[in-house]
Amino acid sequence: MKKILVIFMLAVIGYSLGTSFSTIKFGENRIGDPKEEKNVAAFYLNKTPDELSVANVITAIVVNYRGFDTLGEVSVLFLAATGLGSILYRRRKKGEHPEVITKPASQLLQSGSKLIYPAILVLGAYVFIHGHLTPGGGFQGGAIIATGLLLMMMAYKDFEIRHNVLTWVESIAGITFVSLGLTGLVYGKSFLENFLPTGNINDVVSGGIIPIIYIAVGFKVAAELAGVLETLLSNKEND
Amino acid sequence: MIFSLIIIIVLVLLLLAAAIYAVMQKDLLYATIATGVISLILSILFFIMQAPDVALTEAAIGIALTTIIFVFAIRHTSRREDEVLIHEESEAQTLDNKENM
Amino acid sequence: MSSIDYNQIMSIGIYGSAIGLILIGLYAVLLKKHLTKIVIGLSIIDAGIHLLFVAIGYIDKGTAPIFSPKGIEMMAQGKTMVDPVPQALVLTAIVIGFVVTAVALSLVIRLYRHNKTARIDQIKSLKW
Repeated sequence: MKKILVIFMLAVIGYSLGTSFSTIKFGENRIGDPKEEKNVAAFYLNKTPDELSVANVITAIVVNYRGFDTLGEVSVLFLAATGLGSILYRRRKKGEHPEVITKPASQLLQSGSKLIYPAILVLGAYVFIHGHLTPGGGFQGGAIIATGLLLMMMAYKDFEIRHNVLTWVESIAGITFVSLGLTGLVYGKSFLENFLPTGNINDVVSGGIIPIIYIAVGFKVAAELAGVLETLLSNKEND
Repeated sequence: MIFSLIIIIVLVLLLLAAAIYAVMQKDLLYATIATGVISLILSILFFIMQAPDVALTEAAIGIALTTIIFVFAIRHTSRREDEVLIHEESEAQTLDNKENM
Repeated sequence: MSSIDYNQIMSIGIYGSAIGLILIGLYAVLLKKHLTKIVIGLSIIDAGIHLLFVAIGYIDKGTAPIFSPKGIEMMAQGKTMVDPVPQALVLTAIVIGFVVTAVALSLVIRLYRHNKTARIDQIKSLKW
């Protein structure tokens, strides 16, 4: 009985979504000419190479035009990492030691991860340093670095990252982001305003404070995701 | 023109097949791998629709990190979906009485 | 004539698969009993919504919104660029979706430790 009711409700939802989205024609040109700014997308496409000298339009939207949303997203990540650590916390009884992984990883994983780990770190750093020139940015680079650290954590049982170092990196990156925004206030304009000089387009040093903010976000995301993975990996298996 | 159409139709059919497999399978480890396959095909579709930033983010976060978090959760809970817990005798009696009422 | 058919097939294919993903995920959230399967359904709903958003912003014969030297050349020739606003929204949404999945799974692990089972039709015997 419940199954029939749910399938009927899903059919109604699917039909209404389908008919309302079929009125949006797929691939229709809704922007028009970027020179005459008729809507928000044309405004962003027109202003980005002239005013900001940044090549990647999405980086300019995420860091500069909608920079406050990125600050909110970074704080949500921080809250979730803290909440995860506190939900899975277990008080250690007397005489208990943390679980060690008893069986070592296979030979292929051990020798392969030693070869590939520096390359993953360099790739992640490249992606978040050049976030304003090519597709990429802080979130992508941070996730790549966290995946590299996870590979080493699973191959060697004595590879550990001290929680102290992770906490310090995360805090300093967060303080950098907020203080750059407050410095914009000091210069007499608004919060997170671009106050450094913008260079030529397609240079590494261009776009004012945009590369600096993305580097800070990259460090912060990498440290947070590595902390989350280590919390999940080092819990005991049975009660 | 017709070649790209065939590729998109094949990818869409694989996407829906992987989603149905992920929901219907009773062994949770296989369902997790099917969720990773959904993220992979989604990343290819994002690239075809000219969105390289979104494709990178979905590939970095959806394929590696979501799958590993699900594997950790399965390790700390049960692996199959249809495991039934065997109560003690008195508690089973209480449950039967409550359901009969 | 053939270009109209091509556009219609593309729109049915991509919109249909996005709405299909949302419906399959909703089915798993409403009807399944194991908590991890419910969280898998939540992750599938997220994937469907992201595909729907990026599909709305696509412009036919458009190119990626990056002003590389090749991109500046193409803009001078009169080609158009794809809408950048939905892509910026989906970028944030993917990261937040992963974080929500992680916190939901930690709650599942905590419930399993307390009740020794992760099925919602066997947790009803609470001691109050």
